[in-house]
Amino acid sequence: MSKNTVSDRFRKVDVDEYDENKFVDEDDVGENQGGPDEAEVDGLLRQGNLNGALHAVLKNPPLNTKNHNAKERAELLVVRVLSSFKSSDIEKAVGSLDKADVDLLMKYIYRGFEKPSDNSSAVLLQWHEKALAVGGVGSIIRVLTTRKTV
Amino acid sequence: MSLCSFGVEPLSCHAWNKDRTQIALSPNNNIVNIFEKKGKEWVKIHELTEHTERITGIDWAPESNRIVTCASDRNAYVWSLKDEVWKPTLVLVRINRAATCVKWSPLENKFALGSGARLISVCYFEEENDWWLSKHIKKPLRSTILSLDWHPNNILLAAGSADFSCRVFSAYIKDIEDKPGPTAWGTKMPFGELMLEHKDSDGCGWVHSVSFSASGDQLAWVAHSSISVADAAKGKEVTHLTTDYLPLLSVLFVGPTEIVAAGHDCCPFQYTYKGPGALEFVKKLDMPKQSSKTTTSAMQHFRNLDKKATEEDSTKLDTLHQNSITQLCIVSGDKAKVEKYSSVGLDGAMVIWEFKQWGRDVELPALDSGTDCGEFEDDSFLSVQGKLGSF
Repeated sequence: MSKNTVSDRFRKVDVDEYDENKFVDEDDVGENQGGPDEAEVDGLLRQGNLNGALHAVLKNPPLNTKNHNAKERAELLVVRVLSSFKSSDIEKAVGSLDKADVDLLMKYIYRGFEKPSDNSSAVLLQWHEKALAVGGVGSIIRVLTTRKTV
Repeated sequence: MSLCSFGVEPLSCHAWNKDRTQIALSPNNNIVNIFEKKGKEWVKIHELTEHTERITGIDWAPESNRIVTCASDRNAYVWSLKDEVWKPTLVLVRINRAATCVKWSPLENKFALGSGARLISVCYFEEENDWWLSKHIKKPLRSTILSLDWHPNNILLAAGSADFSCRVFSAYIKDIEDKPGPTAWGTKMPFGELMLEHKDSDGCGWVHSVSFSASGDQLAWVAHSSISVADAAKGKEVTHLTTDYLPLLSVLFVGPTEIVAAGHDCCPFQYTYKGPGALEFVKKLDMPKQSSKTTTSAMQHFRNLDKKATEEDSTKLDTLHQNSITQLCIVSGDKAKVEKYSSVGLDGAMVIWEFKQWGRDVELPALDSGTDCGEFEDDSFLSVQGKLGSF
């Protein structure tokens, strides 16, 4: 055989990139996509204002798909805030959020499940239970179908 | 409400004939079965077997008594009844992917076919050559068409697609009809003209089902986690409501302001739309009767505890349907005032629901006996004529 059949580099080619009918999402690059303000959240945590920290950390979610660093930072920050709540306070905290925030919280929770660390999964599961009670399965569907992942 | 089970296979789609004595349905395979109601039983009278792959859509034209079917084998057939036998005619739809849904237009002179080939095929009969031709709507569809619905003016067509958008196109075929007058959706309507395109910015998923209202001015659609209504009478403004339930798969306008939607929760829901910004959930339409717990013997009780670690042995759902509802269809009344509608689901059952326009379980006196109740014996509700005023 004259052809070199040893190399399998062709298997690593991303054929979807060359597909001319590929579906491209129109990205609205929104402002305020940098992620929650770390300093603000830190301050509120140190003061012991957990509810305030929760609201602050749910602001400015980094929905823009290109900003991976911001997403990582935001996720770590959210998990930190969620872990600092006492189990008995979780329900009230979720109750103080509006519908859009509950959906956003669900997105962060599932994101947190992807990279478990220490006790994070247990804490996130408690939050998941309370958020589900408020948001219903619809909030989970939105986590699965959203084009703008946090 | 009456439930009829057609076996254990999921029912992919169904269609009624004009006087609702016959129903055509497909049990998730390549055959269409036509059942006729004889007394209280449904008896199979015809079997339509031309397709080679799973049937994805059936529609029965009431006036001309023709059935159109489409399947994953990229074909569509129009069936006509001749001498008690249904004869198929192939339609050249020219698609290279599976067909997903099909709908006759209100005047039954054409039908629209959605497909996975990212295009809608509008087919009409050409008298000269005695065959069915098709015209394609391609732009700007980016993915599979999941559902179609015609506007009452026979020209506009709504399409829900897997590219997360709901669109309204013009399907005006110059050869067979006159130029349409202006509507609330627009004035110029050449073939393929896009009158409305709405993409959910939050990505609420595929648009599973679309439905025009009776007047054609409102368009409702359901997506994975929301239900929306576009109002042409109010500047094409879109009102959006996110749901807390599992995805809805089918939607139907049942009154000027009332909408019924059903899906993976196995239960129809009622929504009401009163104007832009006023889309609300009303209630679940399936009252799950508290199933009388049959007295289980002590032996049974402990056996359950031992084998399954549960106290009750019930895998049945509370709702009538035991699996997701895939399609809703009007049985009696028209979109302006639906009296009965039917639902089929993945559990192989077809349920006929009564829609109480008043929204209360009150028995009202009938003013006229002009309602068409078909052959279904149902207790209680008698519908009220519109003379009482709109509500």
